[in-house]
Amino acid sequence: MDYLDKFIFGIYPYIVLTIFIVGCLVRFEREQYSWKSDSSQLLYRGQLRVGSILFHLGILGLFFGHLGGLLTPVIVWDTLGVSHSLKQLVAMTAGGIMGSMCFVGLVILIHRRFTVDRLTQNSTWRDKLLLSWLLVTLCLGLSTIFVSAQHLDGHEMVNLMTWAQHVVTVRGDAASYIMNASIIFKIHLFMGMTLFAIFPFTRLVHIFSGFGMVTYITRKWQLVRPRS
Amino acid sequence: MSHLLDRLSFFKRTRSTFANGHGAVVQEDRKWENAYRQRWQHDKIVRSTHGVNCTGSCSWQIYVKSGLITWETQQVNYPRTRPDLPNHEPRGCPRGASYSWYVYSAQRVKYPMLRGVLAKLWREVRKSKDPIAAWEYISQTPEIAKTYKSRRGLGGFVRSNWDEVNEIIAAANNFTVKEFGPDRVVGFSPIPAMSMISYASGSRYLSLIGGVPLSFYDWYCDLPPASPQVWGEQTDVPESADWYNSTYLMVWGSNVPMTRTPDAHFYTEVRYKGTKTVAVSSDYGEMVKFGDIWLAPKQGTDAALAMAMGHVIFKEFHLDNPSDYFTRYCRQYTDMPMLVMLDNKGEHYLPNYFLRASHLDGNLNEQINPEWKTLVIDGKTGNIVAPKGSIGFRWGDNGKWNLQEQDSQGQSIEAQLSLLNTQDQVVEVAFDYFAGEGENEQFTRKVPVKKIKLADGSEALVTTVFDLMAANYSIDRGLGDGAKDYFDNVPYTPAWQQKHTGVKPELVIQVAREFAQNADQTQGKSMVIVGAALNHWYHMDMTYRGIINILMMCGCIGQSGGGWCHYVGQEKLRPQTGWTPLAFGLDWYRPVRQMNGTSFFYNHTSQWRHEKLNLHEITSSTALNQFENLSLIDCNAKAERLGWLPSAPQLTTNPLQVTQQAIAASKDPVAYAVDGLKDGSLDMSCNDPDNPKNFPRNMFVWRSNILGSSGKGHEYFLKYLLGTQNAVLSEEEDCIKPQEITVRPAAEGKLDLMVVLDFRMSTTCLYADVILPTATWYEKDDLNTSDMHPFIHPLSEAVQPLWQSKSDWEIFKGISKKFSELAEDYLGVQKDLVLTPLMHDTPQELGQPFDVKDWKKGECDPVPGKTMPAMTVVERDYGAIYQQYTSIGPLLEKIGNGGKGISWDTKHEVDVLRGLNKVVQDGVAKGQPKLETAIDAAEMILTLAPETNGHIAVKAWDALSQITGLDHTPLALPREHDTIRFRDIQAQPRKIISSPTWSGLESETVSYNAGYTNVHELIPWRTITGRQQFYQDHQWMRAFGESLCVYKPAIDLKTTKQVLGKHDNGNTEIVLNFITPHQKWGIHSTYSDNIRMLTLSRGGPHVWISEIDAQKAGIVDNDWIEAFNLNGTLTARAVVSQRVPEGMTLMYHAQERIINVPGAEVSKKRGGIHNSVTRTVLKPTHMIGGYAQLSYGFNYYGTVGSNRDEFVVIRKMKNVDWLQETDNLAQQNIKA
Repeated sequence: MDYLDKFIFGIYPYIVLTIFIVGCLVRFEREQYSWKSDSSQLLYRGQLRVGSILFHLGILGLFFGHLGGLLTPVIVWDTLGVSHSLKQLVAMTAGGIMGSMCFVGLVILIHRRFTVDRLTQNSTWRDKLLLSWLLVTLCLGLSTIFVSAQHLDGHEMVNLMTWAQHVVTVRGDAASYIMNASIIFKIHLFMGMTLFAIFPFTRLVHIFSGFGMVTYITRKWQLVRPRS
Repeated sequence: MSHLLDRLSFFKRTRSTFANGHGAVVQEDRKWENAYRQRWQHDKIVRSTHGVNCTGSCSWQIYVKSGLITWETQQVNYPRTRPDLPNHEPRGCPRGASYSWYVYSAQRVKYPMLRGVLAKLWREVRKSKDPIAAWEYISQTPEIAKTYKSRRGLGGFVRSNWDEVNEIIAAANNFTVKEFGPDRVVGFSPIPAMSMISYASGSRYLSLIGGVPLSFYDWYCDLPPASPQVWGEQTDVPESADWYNSTYLMVWGSNVPMTRTPDAHFYTEVRYKGTKTVAVSSDYGEMVKFGDIWLAPKQGTDAALAMAMGHVIFKEFHLDNPSDYFTRYCRQYTDMPMLVMLDNKGEHYLPNYFLRASHLDGNLNEQINPEWKTLVIDGKTGNIVAPKGSIGFRWGDNGKWNLQEQDSQGQSIEAQLSLLNTQDQVVEVAFDYFAGEGENEQFTRKVPVKKIKLADGSEALVTTVFDLMAANYSIDRGLGDGAKDYFDNVPYTPAWQQKHTGVKPELVIQVAREFAQNADQTQGKSMVIVGAALNHWYHMDMTYRGIINILMMCGCIGQSGGGWCHYVGQEKLRPQTGWTPLAFGLDWYRPVRQMNGTSFFYNHTSQWRHEKLNLHEITSSTALNQFENLSLIDCNAKAERLGWLPSAPQLTTNPLQVTQQAIAASKDPVAYAVDGLKDGSLDMSCNDPDNPKNFPRNMFVWRSNILGSSGKGHEYFLKYLLGTQNAVLSEEEDCIKPQEITVRPAAEGKLDLMVVLDFRMSTTCLYADVILPTATWYEKDDLNTSDMHPFIHPLSEAVQPLWQSKSDWEIFKGISKKFSELAEDYLGVQKDLVLTPLMHDTPQELGQPFDVKDWKKGECDPVPGKTMPAMTVVERDYGAIYQQYTSIGPLLEKIGNGGKGISWDTKHEVDVLRGLNKVVQDGVAKGQPKLETAIDAAEMILTLAPETNGHIAVKAWDALSQITGLDHTPLALPREHDTIRFRDIQAQPRKIISSPTWSGLESETVSYNAGYTNVHELIPWRTITGRQQFYQDHQWMRAFGESLCVYKPAIDLKTTKQVLGKHDNGNTEIVLNFITPHQKWGIHSTYSDNIRMLTLSRGGPHVWISEIDAQKAGIVDNDWIEAFNLNGTLTARAVVSQRVPEGMTLMYHAQERIINVPGAEVSKKRGGIHNSVTRTVLKPTHMIGGYAQLSYGFNYYGTVGSNRDEFVVIRKMKNVDWLQETDNLAQQNIKA
């Protein structure tokens, strides 16, 4: 067993998750004023509408796709009678569509952020790193479609699902399911996991607030706070 | 509570609901609300103001929070003034309110900075040499000196530290004092009133070492020479509240709402009382909107308009139907009844000197100063008498210098205004006329005269000023000439003026008539507010005198609600006599060297080499031979050697060496110097300006942006004084060559060291060798007063000076400490020969009473203090400068203190200061009061000034009473025990106490109004006749045709013809008159590089042009244009506006060259500033000295730097090049 693989896919996920959770907690507790999306709309409106909408639709689709696809136990699919190869095909198609939307949106956003003077002047290195990181991760993710296309039986997919589920259920042997995966998958996974480590230090924290928006559905029209 | 846990209690959050479940009472942490509460919380509020040249002097609350200056708001707890007046407050404008931004902005100078090349040199050389030797090596090896001088203005500063910069400055000053003379160390700082102690810190240091503070008021051209000419007063004006007392208010070339924002409300409010307002302005300025009538004369022709009004008023209210009030007023308070001799020129006569007692047999029994006593005819007896009050009574004839209608024996008289009907004969008198077709014509008018017998037995003809004025205004008095009516086209009628100004004669007649009628009915409540728009022209004194004439004719001067309001750049230094000893070190050494800025810069920036104005263009045709072959610089040199104007440097030989040579020759240094000057072995520096011995070597600039704002002839400064990149296009060959001074090949880079103190990286800082970071107005303790209101204000230290900055007081303290350390051995004790001009308000103002005699030409003997500068030997202890800087010296107790011709004892007050400031324990100042801090210095000012210490006020009025023979002390007695200290004014601005330093009263019954005590206390004006002068009888005044007010059109500076079409870029070129008014987004209350203000306008340099001119040149709004002439070039955006009339362009002054200035196509260098296209031109009448009111005083009289007669070529730019390539040399130096 390769020690590096074991570390990256067996131990690293927990390091990443720890940074993610503790980092977000600390930031939420201590730095509330920094908890924001840092929108650049005031500085430059150009290309923002199309870029941002494409990007956000795409990436939300990818997020929920990954979430459901990886963490739903295999037995659920089996019980529903969804064959592994069908699920893989659906994942490849939906992921391809969402990924492409995300890609187009991201490229537009990167273009405006790196070419408009006002934006480059007002962007931190973390903003630039984050966009680049997302782009590379996304490209890798898209290129896994071609890897997957070579074995449409769903076996590889099940391995990945098993790895993910073993990680979140804290079973020690998670890494062993990844050993034979394509290097493209491995790098994609590494990049994707590391995104969680970057998360607390960037504007990505606004994702929580975005999800928090859902509570508005049941929120009363007027909220009143008592003195004490 | 934790934010997270708070969120997690999701299900318990709602305590209850209401409104049918549409609302909910929620239980959640409310700490976040504190953010909104804290937004406006603060730790302390400190009272300060903006120490700038805006005359606002507004009280502000500065808020400090967590050690940071956060914002400012207007302070609104001024003392109330008189019950019938609107409040003064709130004072302050958006420009001032933007200042808290400035403190922390990128413009802030945070550390001492050194020019990179110089730093590298200094650090290298200093390894092997001591400081003074190092400085000598660097500054006196020409090729080395050039390496840093030629980089001035081109960036490349490196960070230094206080020890290093103090050492460089101290070494340079020491070396310069010993090698060239202390008068080669000069300093420029404007407007002491805006932060008195900051000004005093630099001038105190300079004065102690024998250096030279330069004047600013004349240089800014804000000094109205007409004021000293007419009143013998620098500038004294009503406070803005007095506008509210006026019932007819003319605003003439002063944009009150824009430039006097906190005071403008008095102008708008008074209209609700029914006061009529008239606006006079060639462009549609903001004040025009408030005018019931708008007169729009062509720019620069205002004198013609004023003369026409004078014509109407004189005719209707003095001749046709005389106003009783006007007649009484003019008889008692003006020179109208004074007798003037007439000079026989064959077919006609010329007005000559005032008839003096010395002209008559037995001096008319006047023993003292008979040459300086002017005469009238007593209407009661028909005798010629010497009325009290003329300047001859001021010096040595105590008790008779007042305006009682009495002769010198105390007999009551009634001075006769006109000789008409009692004349012996009527003769033709010629008057100068400059506005005709040809050059400098004359016209003759019939004037009634008396024949009198002079002391030498000869007969002479005399007339009165009144009769001369009537003739000069061309008013028909039944003698067979003059204007038939107002529509007769002869000089100074309303119809005549239309040719020049374009204003309808009917309107002129209406305004003049209303103005006078109102003054007649209200006893002088007609008022004129004037401003820089008029005063920045070459012949500004004619415009001003034209306006002042109508005010005097109508008896408005010195009457509440009436008079002349000139608010430009002077900012009355109210506690002046308390401040003077601090500022000029008069507690240690007297006299002090001072220099008039205009002549200094004209000389040392070699602008005289490019002079194109011939004297014959401006002299009377009758006096051409007097000034044949002379150029302006020749006239100035003459004025210096006659003691009319000061000099800096003074003698070609180091004054420390002159005294040594004299002592070696066992002679008195003064006699030695006089002999040397007479036989030519000594020379005055003014005679040889390009001799390296006569360069100013070290220059300090503090509280000033001279190179970005006031430096007329900017490119000449760069070329000659600084020796760096410039855009001078003028060639010396095309210019006038001086005849009397030595002309050598032009020297460049005269200054060895330029030190600039500033808190902002201004245009001037860019050209410095050393930049010292100074405290802002919110970081220092200081004093501030204004001419606009009667309160004295503090500046207070809200936070300690930021980064490594220090207050000016501390900076100069540090320099003087290092200077003394080096000087103790290097210089030691030295005897310095100080030259001072014949000063106004001293007996020296009685210099040469008649024709000018020049000792250098053998026309008279050189007598110091009479026919040449006064000379005094001053022994300086150079090792003790620091101790002297930080203590109050002994001379205040030995000699006393005073000002404006009176003096008083201050022993008691110095003792008070011993208690307040504590006492120095040892050294040369042992036993003297300390002057350690800026607050100590403030207490010195406040304790010594009559305006802030009632005891002194009573002493001062008493001193004046001795001279006038009238008791004035009741004016101050009610406030005798009032003392105002620094903490008092921090608590609340205080009303000052009435003082004889000023001509108005601070009182609960009357607003401050200039001339008020002259009229109501019968204190004479400080002029030759003791009255307000319509007539100027000095030989040079007559030679330049300005004995009476006349209209002189703008001069031709000849700067556009030679460049027109020579630098073609394919776009149409037009030639426009170049006007530089105050700017809307800066004025002086903030700076033009303030980004908050820039976002309100064009974000960079801009000029205004009319729609018609824009169309001619194919320019549309916001185009980039270049404006250039022989003086240089500038780039800016065009604002095309209906506001501007055809033929003129406006460029708001002081737009920094550091914001958005692209390269100019003509020079291929970065486009300049507004002064890149201007050049100073001196006026010889301003050089006159030693002649009563025409005597020198620092910031009082002297040449002024006018600039509005200038024309520029304007065209659209083809290529806007931002010149963004890297400067490799600068980069290298920074790395090194």
